[in-house]
Amino acid sequence: MGEFLRDLQTYTFLQYALLAGGLSSISCGIIGSYVTVRRITYIAGAIAHCTLGGMGAARFLQKEHAFPVTPLQGAVAAALLAACIIAWFRKKGGQRQDTVLSAIWSIGMAIGIFFISKTGGYNEDLMSYLFGDILMVSKNDLILIAILDVFVVGMVLIFYNQLIAVCFDEEFARISGVKVDLFELLLLLLIAMTVVLLVQVVGIVMVVAMLTLPAAAAGKLVKQLWQMMAAAILLCLVCTTGGLAISYQPDFPTGATIVILAGAIYFIVLFIKKWR
Amino acid sequence: MSKTVIQIKNMCFSYGSHTILEDVNVSIKEKEMVGIVGPNGGGKTTLLRLMLGLLQPDSGTIKVIGKNPEQASSRVGYVPQHREFDPLFPVSVLDVVLMGRVGKKWGGFFSRDDKQTALQALHDVDLYDRRNSAFAELSGGQRQRTLIARALASSAELLFFDEPTANVDSSAERNLYKLLSKLNEDLTILIVSHDVGFVSKYVSTVVCVNRSVLIHPTSELDGQTIQNIYGKELAIVRHNHCCSEKGHTWVNS
Repeated sequence: MGEFLRDLQTYTFLQYALLAGGLSSISCGIIGSYVTVRRITYIAGAIAHCTLGGMGAARFLQKEHAFPVTPLQGAVAAALLAACIIAWFRKKGGQRQDTVLSAIWSIGMAIGIFFISKTGGYNEDLMSYLFGDILMVSKNDLILIAILDVFVVGMVLIFYNQLIAVCFDEEFARISGVKVDLFELLLLLLIAMTVVLLVQVVGIVMVVAMLTLPAAAAGKLVKQLWQMMAAAILLCLVCTTGGLAISYQPDFPTGATIVILAGAIYFIVLFIKKWR
Repeated sequence: MSKTVIQIKNMCFSYGSHTILEDVNVSIKEKEMVGIVGPNGGGKTTLLRLMLGLLQPDSGTIKVIGKNPEQASSRVGYVPQHREFDPLFPVSVLDVVLMGRVGKKWGGFFSRDDKQTALQALHDVDLYDRRNSAFAELSGGQRQRTLIARALASSAELLFFDEPTANVDSSAERNLYKLLSKLNEDLTILIVSHDVGFVSKYVSTVVCVNRSVLIHPTSELDGQTIQNIYGKELAIVRHNHCCSEKGHTWVNS
């Protein structure tokens, strides 16, 4: 821990990592609460895995054809596209939703693997996409994370009441004049953006953990949605910062440490609530 | 003369090739309390959803307060069954009631007016003291009253109830009736129910739905009528009320 604090003052990569964790915690706590109460973890999972397609394609274009795109930008595009497709299927109905989600989930990953294998050089990037590499966050990544963060927080501040009404009782919201389909799409787009932030921190495979575990633990402690969001942000901060600090010196995988910490907090809260 | 608030003319609805409602003609006057009864699968929930604009008729017209149902639905307060809600959803009672105001806004925070309207609605259903409780902590009857307050907060002129007596104990049922008759002084009330006992005891007009639709004043609702709606196999067991001048009628197949 001492080494972590000492290096934090000298190394910018560590400062960036800490900042990336902190910034993503804000969106993560807010959107994670929606994902948890609306019970759409599986949608978040599908969007997360689908981002590999965008990252792989962007990296291929960048390395092989010198296009000015970064894998993170590719991830944003893929996540937003996936959110639109899912929203369209949910509105239209008639299909088994889990089938559609599984298709998006696996096709996205397949496209990603396809492009990664066709891109020259080492494939160490694949590991960092899947399992996250918060220590590799660049200044540009940080700027994109901050922009996405501001957008997510702004939208939720403006449309908090609409979103909670849609999540709580879609039918009543529709009858009372709320544009349910629009807000459903907005929620999925916000989820997509948050997923991209979290891919940087914990990687594609563990995004769902960060969206659900802190929010679910927070939900056990409070009575209202905004309180759940605040508590979830706090728990996310504890997990990202704590995970980074714990993993630094012994060189543990950071993303995994963060998720294990989140899991531990969730089960501790669950047991405390059970025994009291 | 009271005006007509719901006017349905020659309306038909089917799911695919399966006809649910056939040539329905209904007219409901302002400040009536109407019960919609019929057997399960007879189409009463479908009729309700058509009047709310959630479904479109195949033919014929539905006018609610003189408009198409989708346009009128913001003036309709819908009270769904309280059991359908996620017990883990983190909302307070006041949060739920405020949701009645959301459809009136494009976004942003609730105004002082919105909060005042919501608190007044909680007063009306006698839940003001529980406004900060979690919705999940309430009893079934209290949850139902919260949902009624939410409908009232939307400044509705019509209230639609879906099976209000399902999963409510008998004392809550009496309170519900008291509340309904108080609300009925200003509002038109429609109650969808399979509970003919509750409906015939309390409402003034009964709309019987089993593919086709018949309208009766409650006083005419006797065993024969009920048998005609529900089919021959029905035995009326519940009879703790006086249903017609002829007294109690037992119908056995």
